[in-house]
Amino acid sequence: MTVLSISGVHKLFNGNPVLRGVSLDVDEHEVVALIGASGSGKSTLLRCVNLLEQVDDGTIHLDGRDITDPRADPDQVRRRIGIVFQAFNLFPHLSVLDNVTLAPLRVHRMPKAQARAKALALLERVGLADKAAAYPDRLSGGQQQRVAIVRALVNDPRLLLLDEVTSALDPELVGEVLALIRDLKGDGVTMILATHEMSFARQVADRVCFLDGGLIVEQGPPEQVFGAPREPRTRQFLQRITDAGRL
Amino acid sequence: MTFQPSPLQLERDAYRRRQTILSVAVAAVSTLVVGILLYAAVTGAPGWDRFRASFLSAEAARDSLPAVLRGLWLNVQLLVVCAIAAVLLGLGIATLRTIRPAVFFPLRALAAGYTYTFRGLPLIVTLYLFAFGVPGLRLSGTPSVLVLGGIAIVLTYGGYIAEVFRAGIESVHPSQRAAARSLGLTYRQTMRHVVLPQAVRRVAPPLLNDLVAMQKDVGLISLAGPIDAIRAAQIETAGSYNYTPYVVAGILFVLLAIPVVAVTDWVTLRAARRQSGDNRL
Ligand SMILES: Nc1ncnc2c1ncn2[C@@H]1O[C@H](COP(=O)(O)OP(=O)(O)OP(=O)(O)O)[C@@H](O)[C@H]1O
Ligand SMILES: [Mg+2]
Repeated sequence: MTVLSISGVHKLFNGNPVLRGVSLDVDEHEVVALIGASGSGKSTLLRCVNLLEQVDDGTIHLDGRDITDPRADPDQVRRRIGIVFQAFNLFPHLSVLDNVTLAPLRVHRMPKAQARAKALALLERVGLADKAAAYPDRLSGGQQQRVAIVRALVNDPRLLLLDEVTSALDPELVGEVLALIRDLKGDGVTMILATHEMSFARQVADRVCFLDGGLIVEQGPPEQVFGAPREPRTRQFLQRITDAGRL
Repeated sequence: MTFQPSPLQLERDAYRRRQTILSVAVAAVSTLVVGILLYAAVTGAPGWDRFRASFLSAEAARDSLPAVLRGLWLNVQLLVVCAIAAVLLGLGIATLRTIRPAVFFPLRALAAGYTYTFRGLPLIVTLYLFAFGVPGLRLSGTPSVLVLGGIAIVLTYGGYIAEVFRAGIESVHPSQRAAARSLGLTYRQTMRHVVLPQAVRRVAPPLLNDLVAMQKDVGLISLAGPIDAIRAAQIETAGSYNYTPYVVAGILFVLLAIPVVAVTDWVTLRAARRQSGDNRL
């Protein structure tokens, strides 16, 4: 079953095209990795899906409903999509628990006890139950990102978008976040992740999409994209990454 | 096993203690010297005796104190009401000024016009316009001069406080809004639960500073007629031709300001510590 269907999406910033007709279908329980050079538009695409940016052409359907229709309520759409950014995720004035329960309480009108219980169960799962009362500035970067992922998950999103969630982290903290994402895949969470961690994309993704020049130039199972790329541009990109010692 | 400092550490501690004692001693001596010099200069002035008689008369102070204190109570009440009203007004105006959608342009423009006007207008002019101008319109139900003067103070300070809040709102990183909106929070919920709490925390020190300034300026209400501390002092002065009641009122205003100033310093210090995350620097 198709959860998300992006078709012919264009996005321009001040007249500069960043996306030039991107199409991508994501099935239920599927994990799609977006790779591509810095500035290739990975974040822009995710922000378009979450309606933080308005597309300039094309359509995006979530569960068969056109969310790019100006009549669609963006708040309703965002309630069904979770997103975690590279950094600046958590609200610094709220404790970990309050960060996680904010949306369940205010958006989904969940009873307080239920929201707390659900949040604590998820925090327990990511090994952070003892940090529930702490404020974000007392947490390590890896812990903060795990809380941010929990905060997105507590709303039972239909789709989880992860935008380079490890790139602001020290190498020794990357592992704990990647382990969590691997767990989520085991649970069947549908995800799109933009990443520079090629080895991780290779292990966890069902499909890898290479974004270049505003288009998905090549997509396929990781073995194919990483092992036997068909497009010269993909080959060049992977070669550069290999030379930089990141594959 | 308990920690046993090495001789090196003991020597360092002793040195630091000596330094502390020395600097306290230096500060005490220099304060004393400056104090003596100032005292000599002031009391040695040719007009000192006359000055003391008309500004520092203990007798006049004792006589005027009850009336001035009664007046001060009015200042305190006025301050509390005006402070609350000005903070609410400022918060509202600041929020209006940061609303993005185009349909709100007229409101935004109005809010901007308000902050420009009332920050530029001297308080005394606003006060006269409201206290004397508005009753001149002879509208039915015109409130008392006290209320009108209070409105003038609130409007003036609301303009300053709005700008303080606006700076605070704009200092919250845009990705905080993005994070809140992406959780499904509406614009209002994002403002209410994410942006404003952070903004208010950041602007607490300058806000309290505005309140200290406001506390002095509520004394200007005396120009419009209500008998506050300053006006009471003026009445006392008119009877005795002695200016000591003004000094009494001034001292009372300073005493009143001390708690607010102390809270301001404490909040500023705490905010600075929070930001740096270090309690010693
Ligand atoms: N709000 C904006 N205004 C103008 N230009 C923007 C804006 N957001 C992104 N861009 C531009 O769009 C292009 C794509 O940016 P995007 O952040 O999507 O890249 P990315 O693939 O996520 O890169 P990275 O791997 O470095 O995160 C860049 O050239 C960027 O400068
Ligand atoms: Mg990016």
